[in-house]
Amino acid sequence: MPYPASMEESKRKVEETRPKRLEKGPADRIPAEERDALVSKFHPDFIKEQFRELRIGANKGAHAPLEIADLLEGNSRIDPGRIDLDKVDHDVDVLVIGCGGAGGAASLLAEENGASVLISSKLRLGDANTIGAQAGTQACDRPNDSPAIHYLDIVGGGHYVNVPELAEALAKDSPDVIKWLEELGVNWDKEPDNSYHELSGGGASRRRMHSCRDYTGLEEMRVIRDEIRQRNMHGRKIDWLEFEPAIELIMDGKGQVAGAILMNLETKQMSIVRAKAVVIATGGMGRTHIQGFPTTNHYGATADGLVLAYRVGCPLIHIDTMQYHPTGAAFPPQILGFLVTEKVRTLGAEVVNCDGEQFAHPLEARDTEASAEIRECKERGKGVPTPTGEVGLWLDSPMIDIKRGEGTIQRELPAMVRQFGRFNIDITKEPMLVYPTLHYQNGGIAIKADASTPIPGLFAAGECEGGVHGRNRLIGNSTLDLFVFGRRAGRAAAQWAREVKLGKLTLDHVRKWHREIKEAGLEEMPVSPMLLPNYARQERYVPGFQPLGQVSPYTPFGDRAVRWI
Amino acid sequence: MAEVAKKVQMLDIYIMGKRYRVPEGLTIQSALEYCGYNIIRGCGCRSGFCGACGTIYNFTYDPTIRYALACQTVVQQNMVMTQIPFFPAAEALYNVEDLEPKEGGNKLAELYPDILTCFGCNNCTKTCPQDLEVMEFMSDAIRGDYEKVYEKSFDCLLCGLCAARCPQGLQPYNIALAARRLRAAHLAPKSQHNLDRVKEIEEGQFDAELKRLKKMSADELRELYAKREIEPAL
Repeated sequence: MPYPASMEESKRKVEETRPKRLEKGPADRIPAEERDALVSKFHPDFIKEQFRELRIGANKGAHAPLEIADLLEGNSRIDPGRIDLDKVDHDVDVLVIGCGGAGGAASLLAEENGASVLISSKLRLGDANTIGAQAGTQACDRPNDSPAIHYLDIVGGGHYVNVPELAEALAKDSPDVIKWLEELGVNWDKEPDNSYHELSGGGASRRRMHSCRDYTGLEEMRVIRDEIRQRNMHGRKIDWLEFEPAIELIMDGKGQVAGAILMNLETKQMSIVRAKAVVIATGGMGRTHIQGFPTTNHYGATADGLVLAYRVGCPLIHIDTMQYHPTGAAFPPQILGFLVTEKVRTLGAEVVNCDGEQFAHPLEARDTEASAEIRECKERGKGVPTPTGEVGLWLDSPMIDIKRGEGTIQRELPAMVRQFGRFNIDITKEPMLVYPTLHYQNGGIAIKADASTPIPGLFAAGECEGGVHGRNRLIGNSTLDLFVFGRRAGRAAAQWAREVKLGKLTLDHVRKWHREIKEAGLEEMPVSPMLLPNYARQERYVPGFQPLGQVSPYTPFGDRAVRWI
Repeated sequence: MAEVAKKVQMLDIYIMGKRYRVPEGLTIQSALEYCGYNIIRGCGCRSGFCGACGTIYNFTYDPTIRYALACQTVVQQNMVMTQIPFFPAAEALYNVEDLEPKEGGNKLAELYPDILTCFGCNNCTKTCPQDLEVMEFMSDAIRGDYEKVYEKSFDCLLCGLCAARCPQGLQPYNIALAARRLRAAHLAPKSQHNLDRVKEIEEGQFDAELKRLKKMSADELRELYAKREIEPAL
């Protein structure tokens, strides 16, 4: 018996209303005027007391979520006075920090363009949000589509504040990204006529989502990672360090970024990398649990790249906007916040309330869909309570097989079937309970179209950069972003490395940072970058024992365990 | 909300032989954290996609070894467990562009000649936390049937447990990875519409239109966006 009795009655209503809903079709789309009002009333980005003004740094005066602001204004993990920068452990052309899709693509392109490359990976090579991306990658390659149509979807979804050159690059590079990945060995789903199998997605006006079942990011990442390994085995100049994240950038006397200090997570030893160019590709921030939300993100998504860049004076853009994925699992509690891919809705499932009623078109842009769900639960009281004190709405997955034929769910969504099946929920027969979950950092490090930042020698690609998606990213544009800007960053960093003359290495920027912290009275701020969340149960610590990283206010059991058991 | 008031049921579990008491309902991963472990290795996506958290377990009363992903498996009374974080297995050297299969040949057997030593013990299949038919796709690999290897191995997370368990020292997950890369790069039919679009973009066919859009004010874009034609979802 997968769902408890308290939820069964509501589940029955979903089944009862299903035939009528199938006949009627989806709810109407929300008109533009109402959409803005809905989002500004219910979306977590608009809860003022959850944000504060930054008091130091390049974005001084701008607002950031409380959790991110604390990290940005944090203390360095190093004492510059005790580090000897003459003892260089690794001397390379390009250092890539982070190795998901963006870092991987940047590494490959930098190497192809003649640079020696070192990758610093906090967990294993390829452990990143990329691997959990399910739905697909957008690319405007069907005859009725174009980069211009894609562009309009990107900026419309992003509330018209996207950096035009970045949105353009995203659309224009997209068909070539698909081609490049296929040549490397990514198996895209195809139609019987050999064209790509392309689905629609929230906020997309054309069918342009390319997929590899619902393991798209996994397929992309395992191929990229293997290509890096193969090139290394062939003796090409590409290498990596696992469990060894960057904890601070190194500059030279001319104001250029010139490497980084890494820390071995297991032995806690530091190493010094001199690099002519640095690409930050550290991904997102879900594990900071903004506003206490659960997250779809991987274990290492702690906004480290933002901290590293901010500390060398690099500005951030749209850092006050996060994406809450409309369908995170709200039940069972073991997978709270777990990503239920948007592909479930693109295939035809609807989100309905406790009475089985539709309340929004299932393919609204994510911020709109999430806001409508929050309204349905918080204002209208139409959510479904769970035994653990969560609330959710039904995602009526069985509709897919009814609409598209038996076996569609199993074929298109094997990961979802497997993951819910592990907890005895058969999504081909029963709906899933969902609620918005912290998913993506819309903004990030400010870049230009070649992925360069305002700081010489520093580049950024993937989720850690901002401006591409404005204030809201569309489905399938994130895995696209990785490869568009990853490749651009790799090329540009290799080019930069060929031309730059580095001066003497220095950590003066860290000394300056600590002075600024002191002047602003911020010494009490945490140490950052955060590196890993600390989910170990807190009362087990011996007083005086300093755990690695910050103690997270959120735990996967903690209070929640008390609520649900 | 009767369930909320239910009494907490505590379970005995053994982490690397040491006994702890944890509330029921936790996954192995959150049980480790509940016991005070701050995991560094053996934890990745925390949602069953990355294969970082391979774990073996049995029970105090049943020595049969079982395999699981720590983030996807709920602890049970008297479970005895230890994590086997990913460690790399041997991998054949290749360039994906050189993997084009020839009639009558078997690229996989060329890359991994040892696959012929598979004697069908089926340990790999029993080990797989994704419940894949590993031994079957190893047979397909021996026959050079790339399509079937692709089909059957596609949901592989590369956790490495099959290679760790193979008595012949084979690397099913790496062999399947080579087969899938080969298939995509050389056997999958080309999608002409994509190649055409790449060429059109290179020729600058959309540049004027994009330039016009980039210069538009938010209001102009908003108007255009509201009027845009939306293709049905299929």
